[in-house]
Amino acid sequence: MNSFEVTSGTIEPWILRERLADRACGAYVQFEGWVRDHNEGQRVLRLEYEVYEPLALKEGQKIIDEAVERFGLNHAAAIHRSGLIELGDIAVLVGVSTPHRGEAFEACRYVIDQLKVRLPIWKKEYYANGAAEWVNCQRCAEAGHPHEP
Amino acid sequence: MKIHVRYFAAFREAAGTAGELVETGASTPAALFRECAGRHANLQTYSASLVAINDEMADWEQPLADGDEVLFFPPVAGG
Repeated sequence: MNSFEVTSGTIEPWILRERLADRACGAYVQFEGWVRDHNEGQRVLRLEYEVYEPLALKEGQKIIDEAVERFGLNHAAAIHRSGLIELGDIAVLVGVSTPHRGEAFEACRYVIDQLKVRLPIWKKEYYANGAAEWVNCQRCAEAGHPHEP
Repeated sequence: MKIHVRYFAAFREAAGTAGELVETGASTPAALFRECAGRHANLQTYSASLVAINDEMADWEQPLADGDEVLFFPPVAGG
């Protein structure tokens, strides 16, 4: 139940809620990360996530386990998309259930914040002007990226 | 010693390859990256990047051993 997964299919918003439902819990907090239509002044058409699964799964599971331990959660789970993904789709889904709401809000925030900085996942944005760029990586490769970092 | 190097996302595009087997004297991932960047002109700084050794997250100054697989991860952007 306390799992981290990666999927190339659509993430439906209700799937974790069903899985984490528990009569011992009085609170369920969920975070949905959506694909936005713009970033830093550019119109975004779609995204592509590259995921190095062997390590993403291991590290994602660690984050879930840490959250359960640290905030005394009954349940926590998260799912991240891989591959091409369209505007409005869910890119990442996090759910936590606990007896009381305080820990649920905090733990949900902890999980999404850690997922964003620790998982070997990269996001490529495809823009309306035909360009495509790896997010956060303006200096990784100078070729084809003439703008200032 | 021989090290298997793998490049991901922007690093793969910059290096023009997903991986290579290198014969190196580099004792840490940081030194190895500098060596690789010397061979692949478009491969730039590793600041804010992550590194893994044999599918475990690692430190840039961790010692390397013969036969290790070193994974170079450019700055991540999940979520």
